[in-house]
Amino acid sequence: MRLAIRDVLALIAGDPQADRAVPPTGFTARLTLFTAAAMAFLAVFAMALSLATGRLADRWSEELARTSTLRISAPADQAAAQARRAIAVLETTPGVAAARPLTAEEQRNLLEPWFGPDLPIDALPIPQLIEIIEEGSGYDPIGLRARLQAEVPGAVLDDHTRWREPLVAAAGRLRMLGWLAIALIGLATGAMITLAAQSALAANAQVIRVMRLVGAQDSYIARAFVRRFTQRALMGAAIGTLLGMIAVFALPDADVAGGFLTGLGFRGAGWIWPLLVPPLAAVVAFLATRAAAMRTLGEQS
Amino acid sequence: MIELEDVAYSYGRAELFAQLNLSLAPGSFHFLTGPSGAGKTTLLKLCYGELSATAGQVRLFGQDATTLERDGIAMIRRRIGVVHQDCQFLDHLPVAENIALPLKVASREAEAVGNLDDLLAWVGLRAQANQTPPQLSGGERQRAALARAVIMSPDVIIADEPTGNVDWEMSQRLLTLLVELNKMGKTVLIATHDLNLIRTAKKQVSARVLRLKDRQLHQAGAEL
Repeated sequence: MRLAIRDVLALIAGDPQADRAVPPTGFTARLTLFTAAAMAFLAVFAMALSLATGRLADRWSEELARTSTLRISAPADQAAAQARRAIAVLETTPGVAAARPLTAEEQRNLLEPWFGPDLPIDALPIPQLIEIIEEGSGYDPIGLRARLQAEVPGAVLDDHTRWREPLVAAAGRLRMLGWLAIALIGLATGAMITLAAQSALAANAQVIRVMRLVGAQDSYIARAFVRRFTQRALMGAAIGTLLGMIAVFALPDADVAGGFLTGLGFRGAGWIWPLLVPPLAAVVAFLATRAAAMRTLGEQS
Repeated sequence: MIELEDVAYSYGRAELFAQLNLSLAPGSFHFLTGPSGAGKTTLLKLCYGELSATAGQVRLFGQDATTLERDGIAMIRRRIGVVHQDCQFLDHLPVAENIALPLKVASREAEAVGNLDDLLAWVGLRAQANQTPPQLSGGERQRAALARAVIMSPDVIIADEPTGNVDWEMSQRLLTLLVELNKMGKTVLIATHDLNLIRTAKKQVSARVLRLKDRQLHQAGAEL
């Protein structure tokens, strides 16, 4: 651990002489820069997806947990009376903050996406809906159902559990997929940087031979390669992250267009998360290049 | 300083030499001769730890070379200056930086400030300090390689055919530099085909001539 910290500090401090010993190689430099930039760009989107689905899961969970719906399915001449009785029952139920019947206009709005705007709601046998707002730890659904069954036979209580659980589970899985994508992006970045580093090490076999001839230790030789690849990965990832953040920022606003996908993005302090991508890319490059360098140096000895 | 005891070395099934013994005492001067393919370069590589013996024991400054890790070998190399026939430079760096490279890898760059200029003057390459190795002539490259080999003030100088690619005049100049180093107390081991070089050297310094032939190392006779 102490050795790793010393290595990182030495890397930050830099050793221009060790760097100069390795000739600049344009191809691997460009490859590493492009890979790091592309992966950082994708990582920013994966992060935005993960954070957005997290927010969505929380919002769905909270919104659906705080409200429920009572449906009064009764003949037209009894509907109003049953609704009043149901309201009376709800107003005396602990854990219910408020209960109100939806207006005909509100019920029409709910049905409009399915039946169109010209729905003759008065001519249809549509059940009366009552919105229940909960308070505190909520009401006891089993007790309320028993009371409603006794006093309002046409009432059906929907506490949204059957909607909420699969939605929250789906959002949770999406969030997990987002983080999995970030982990895969990190691994793929490491793999590609390893290949680029191995290519550079193979191309510089003569340099390594000369440095060994004059007494260079493996750590000194490796440092020249590690520092170079770490810097390239950091720079590439910074460019990719910046472009990714601009792209996420430019996405349509959720409030304007609505829907899940338009909610993709960062909110408030969430904008700090993508800033972690470049240093993480640098750490991945450092570890990948160091492992590749030490392995190659071992094989070349 | 460098001792080989009953050493054997094989490339696959082909045994290059066996039961070979060699001891380089401090301040001694040795020539290593022998026909091409006899294993002179291999023997030199065993002496500076680039190769490991397939049998026997190689002791470098009292340490068993077979037990040394790569970093341990690197530390040993800082006490042995090596001059290759093909010099082996970093072609993208100027001559001065190539010569100072051993100091840099040992984190002793500060010593390069005064030493480097003196060394460039000693090998006559002051004017070429900022040129890159491919811009140098064969003799200049050999002198630059010699300068790099001695900049760490090593205890031992090992040179593999240092005069192989240079004319007679330049080979005499290189020999003079090596003899000067020996007179400064450095141990010198030179592999060469050049018998004239050996004869000239023997007039200037007490040199032991070893001949690698038929997988064994022999003391060369008075014919030299």
